[in-house]
Amino acid sequence: MSITDGPGAAIRLDAVRKQFGDTVALHNIDITAAPGSLIVLLGPSGCGKSTLLRVLAGLEAASSGSVHFAGRDVTALPPAARGVSMVFQSYALFPHLDVAENILFGLRARKVPRAERDARLTRTAAMLGLASLLERRPAQLSGGQQQRVALARAIVAEAPVCLMDEPLSNLDAKLRAEMRAEIRALQQRLGLTMVYVTHDQVEAMSMADQVVLMREGRVEQDATPAELYARPATAFAAGFIGTPPMSLLRLQAAPGGAAIAGAPEHPVAPAEAAGAMLGLRPEDVAPTDGPGLPAIVSGAEFLGAETVLRCAVGTAGETLQARIPGNHALPAGTAVRLRLPPLAHLFSSATGQRLPLPSHAPTFA
Amino acid sequence: MRGRATLHAWLMLGPAMLLLVAFTHYPVVATLWHSLFSTPRGARPARFVGVENYAALADDPVFWQALSNNLLYALGTVPLSIGLALAMALWVNGRIAGRAALRVAYFTPTVLPMIAVANLWLFFYTPDYGLVDRITGFLFGWGPTNWIGSQETALGAMMAIAVWKEAGFFMIFYLAALQAIPPVLYEAASVEGASRFTVFRRVTLPLLGPTTLFIAVNALINGFRLVDHIIVMTHGGPDNATALLLTYIYEVGFRFWDTAQASALTMVLLLILALVALAQFTLLGRRTHYR
Repeated sequence: MSITDGPGAAIRLDAVRKQFGDTVALHNIDITAAPGSLIVLLGPSGCGKSTLLRVLAGLEAASSGSVHFAGRDVTALPPAARGVSMVFQSYALFPHLDVAENILFGLRARKVPRAERDARLTRTAAMLGLASLLERRPAQLSGGQQQRVALARAIVAEAPVCLMDEPLSNLDAKLRAEMRAEIRALQQRLGLTMVYVTHDQVEAMSMADQVVLMREGRVEQDATPAELYARPATAFAAGFIGTPPMSLLRLQAAPGGAAIAGAPEHPVAPAEAAGAMLGLRPEDVAPTDGPGLPAIVSGAEFLGAETVLRCAVGTAGETLQARIPGNHALPAGTAVRLRLPPLAHLFSSATGQRLPLPSHAPTFA
Repeated sequence: MRGRATLHAWLMLGPAMLLLVAFTHYPVVATLWHSLFSTPRGARPARFVGVENYAALADDPVFWQALSNNLLYALGTVPLSIGLALAMALWVNGRIAGRAALRVAYFTPTVLPMIAVANLWLFFYTPDYGLVDRITGFLFGWGPTNWIGSQETALGAMMAIAVWKEAGFFMIFYLAALQAIPPVLYEAASVEGASRFTVFRRVTLPLLGPTTLFIAVNALINGFRLVDHIIVMTHGGPDNATALLLTYIYEVGFRFWDTAQASALTMVLLLILALVALAQFTLLGRRTHYR
């Protein structure tokens, strides 16, 4: 029990490392989460986010480093003693038990008195709309209902920390959006500290207080959704967040500044940005009738309220995307001029790290 | 057109039906028929006697002893072999060194022919220098025991062989069932704070339910069927102490040549097995609706 934790940290990871044989799944992970916050572990498959969640749950032992819950060192404790509940990707419902018994499994195992058990079951079932399904077996439920049962089993435990391993990945898109809002509301209402694993950046951005973006066993960026969107720390983070994500373009020295590779006659950044990568949010790029960066439409995707145009720029094969309101599905091959936003994101081509912007950035394009 | 379809149907049914009729249905009916007639001897042909053979069975003390021996044999071997099979399966399903070798070792008795097994165990049970006497002498200081030669121990000795022979076979089914249980259920149970015993009682055992039922029915049928070692080792002796229904049928039919009486005995055995099968179907129908 260390004093340095303070009252602030519901979860604190110190240099957590996990190794399977010669393969390092997690490299020195440091994360701190405030009580009552929803923290999302986000990343592509194989990035170590599920392994990290299992280390938090105690289902896998960390190779080194320590895990603290509310100031208590739980690194060496088994899952049952950690005060966590968990929702598994496959729900892990017991097929031979009915819904009520599935929800009560943990309370029975912990020998909670019958009266309290029943009260908690009634309350939880009502909260999740399961009251009429209590006598069904999991096989008699739809995917969404099974998901609710798994959620109920986690909530009824009233553990301070709730862990979720891609809980919505087996649901259809509409149900997923509903459950997303519902889980977020439940988490806030019950004041749970929730760690939520997903590979879906929309899920992460819409639910999280704090997003931990992971890549190859390392934390790429640990920030709020707004910060992650506004100031991605690396080219990877920039290319992962957003629908569609940020376009990344190589910059080369050109007369009058730095220009997108293959389009030297239209400088878009000051000369010191040459050699770096320029990040452009598609929603900030728009076709214009006035002066702008010339480009050729190579594809268009009409999404209803808006259209995503994929455009080729210059002669070096650089492409960028523009997201514009309304239906503007231009045929491939159409020449357009694009208005670019003020310079906002630069990344190092060598390391992918975010670069500071040149101190006085004049407007280009 | 209709006649053609019927012909096709009979052609499809033909092969299976031929075999079933020749080797199952006809023998049953013939046995029932023979059990209602006297045994033909020399110049005296068989004549219809009605239930006389069954009445004679009821008056036959050896039949009653064989029946009670058989019930005891079944009640002893079924739970023991199932319990042992489950214990072995749990053991070799765990993370232990030499797991594959252990599995093979446990399964070996199943692949040995019962006649060879019987001869093996004849040596084990040999008074004084047999393996069993050596061990009991070393551990408890017991003197030589004629395990298969005395009335008190003979049936128990036969049951031990049956359990040894069957447990490995049933273990394979349990092992398959254990491996079919998703590991994530155990993880969920451990997060929920369930102890190992609770996990076994509330997760493992119920999920093994259908397998247990299947094994129990097979074990029960084997309890009436698996008698090769008794024929080889004791012939039902001493003084009918190890006589079971099937050995008694063999004795009456092929040593006393009282085929009518043997037919009646066979009908009794068939009736018992039919009841077991009936119980199987009703129970299976009720218990396996999940998954």
